[in-house]
Amino acid sequence: MKIIVCLKQVPKNDSILRINEQGNWIQDRDLTYEINESDAYGLEAALQLKEKHGGEVIALSLGPPRVQTVIKEALARGADRGLHLEDTVFDGLDAFGIASVIAAAAKAEGFDLLLTGLQSDDYGFAQTGVIAAELLGLPHATIVMDVESKEGTIRVKRELESGFFQWVSMPAPAVLTIQSGINTLRYATLKGIMAAKKKEIKKLDAAAVGVDQASLAPKMAFRRVYLPQKSKQTQFIEGTPAEIASKLMDKLKNEARVF
Amino acid sequence: MANGILVFIEHADGKINRASYEAVRAAQLIGAQTGQEVSAIIFGEGIGDLVAEVAAKKIKTVYTVENKWLRSYTADGYTHALRQIIEQLQPALVLMTHTYEVRDFAPKLAASLKRALLGDNISYKIEEGNLIFARQIFQGKLAADVVPVGDAPHFVSFQIGSFRGDECETGQAEVKALTVNLDADVIRQHPEERFKEARAAVDLTQASLIVSVGRGIKEQKNIEIVKKLADALGAELSASRPICDNEWLPMDRQIGSSGQTVAPKLYLAVGISGAIQHLVGMKGSRTIVAINKDPEAPIFEIADYGIVGDLFEIVPALTAEAEKLKQ
Ligand SMILES: Cc1cc2nc3c(=O)[nH]c(=O)nc-3n(C[C@H](O)[C@H](O)[C@H](O)COP(=O)(O)OP(=O)(O)OC[C@H]3O[C@@H](n4cnc5c(N)ncnc54)[C@H](O)[C@@H]3O)c2cc1C
Repeated sequence: MKIIVCLKQVPKNDSILRINEQGNWIQDRDLTYEINESDAYGLEAALQLKEKHGGEVIALSLGPPRVQTVIKEALARGADRGLHLEDTVFDGLDAFGIASVIAAAAKAEGFDLLLTGLQSDDYGFAQTGVIAAELLGLPHATIVMDVESKEGTIRVKRELESGFFQWVSMPAPAVLTIQSGINTLRYATLKGIMAAKKKEIKKLDAAAVGVDQASLAPKMAFRRVYLPQKSKQTQFIEGTPAEIASKLMDKLKNEARVF
Repeated sequence: MANGILVFIEHADGKINRASYEAVRAAQLIGAQTGQEVSAIIFGEGIGDLVAEVAAKKIKTVYTVENKWLRSYTADGYTHALRQIIEQLQPALVLMTHTYEVRDFAPKLAASLKRALLGDNISYKIEEGNLIFARQIFQGKLAADVVPVGDAPHFVSFQIGSFRGDECETGQAEVKALTVNLDADVIRQHPEERFKEARAAVDLTQASLIVSVGRGIKEQKNIEIVKKLADALGAELSASRPICDNEWLPMDRQIGSSGQTVAPKLYLAVGISGAIQHLVGMKGSRTIVAINKDPEAPIFEIADYGIVGDLFEIVPALTAEAEKLKQ
């Protein structure tokens, strides 16, 4: 089974985010980065499928040179090789643009399964995998909690609303978006880190990917980025931990009357 | 020329998804401000009663497609059907609520027409005649205004809870049946029956005091610190999803869109950032207290009392204070 797993590099979950001068995105200097949470579960799902069915796992990341870190991390955890899609024309693409580049690269590579996380922790569009499936003419499923593969058929457990689940089957090749928490992530071992040094990372720019420029034209735009509005007037309680504790308990008892 | 707003209506188990009425309400508001007609589309087989229910809202036309390939939802079936309907009706705007089902097919639908889906918005405004939508980014830590680029139709979904479905104006819509071409070949997904996983019997919906723990707790062994506070307060213990995913607490203590929805007298959130999927499960609580070291954490947007600080210092102090009170 040949699996391509898409890994996005995003600012670390606990980053302090500052809005840039133009007010249309965040300041990206001084940030530290990590693999997007649900993508990491996609990688783990790919590695477990390979352990079961054999084959190959290819770690794909689109972005500036720094995203090589996530590819290397994936190689250290057990992915076989890397694909780094890098070109200045990829900067600031919307979901359609990013999916177009990924779809073109994945098509040239060929695969049985293309995995993405269900959404990114930064934009949160939750669309890249689904759009890529459409552009590739392939079936897809989203919010996937479990994956089985048998004789060219992919059977997945989807999470639905209100505590429901549903198994859905489709022919391979297919595109799946993976939910966080579906498996237990492995860490890279020292041996894995050493082995990763010999693994190939292929770099592809727009021309090498062969993506058609028209598909990169923006279909949506960010006008402005700002701090969210509060819906409640929060009373902040300050002091030493002991002072905070006694003030809060007093307020809960005498002001909010919860006890 | 493209004109009008088309609202996608979702249903399961013979019931309209209430969240779809939020999109109807959004469409009524936008329609009134921009002078556009609102219509709705519903797919299925044997859905007469559902159509009648939707037609009792103030909508110009409820379009229906009855087709055996649309009996149960599939991403392929719904995408093909809705694309054909959009080609027939030429709406300027297609509005949806950002449900799991919409997340599953709407990006594909928009992409098949070379459009963006402006997904998961929380509000809209009109500036110089143009619709601008607002959405959360960075899991609610920041917000952004977004606009579609290029020709109609434009595709927009609103986050659940952004509009009041129960404030829909009522009326009497005309009902029109439309047809689409579908066959077995285009539908590649084969869904099985929907099911619920057997759950243990912790019912948090009746609890009047809840202490809830999030990933700020860092390690499984630290859960004990928060459990002590819950015990001292006589409260139930609950958690955000990552805590349950890690099996640090059982699944049936998860609060949020994929867990339980609670509305206790007190909800005390410890080391929880306040992602929307968590908030929908607890924002109806009467009093919300949040303890978080990040002053910008979105949980503070809905908290009545906020404590910015290290939970490992604050929680033991609170536990001691709660024990004093008990005596
Ligand atoms: C389809 C879907 C369904 C989902 N369903 C749910 C659901 O039902 N329920 C749910 O909860 N989530 C759900 N999620 C996940 C949700 O998006 C968030 O990822 C999750 O709620 C984050 O959990 P958290 O707040 O505990 O962790 P984080 O977001 O990692 O937040 C941890 C917080 O702890 C704070 N912190 C860290 N250290 C300390 C310290 N020492 N003292 C004080 N504060 C500290 C940090 O500042 C941070 O704000 C769902 C996601 C998707 C996509």
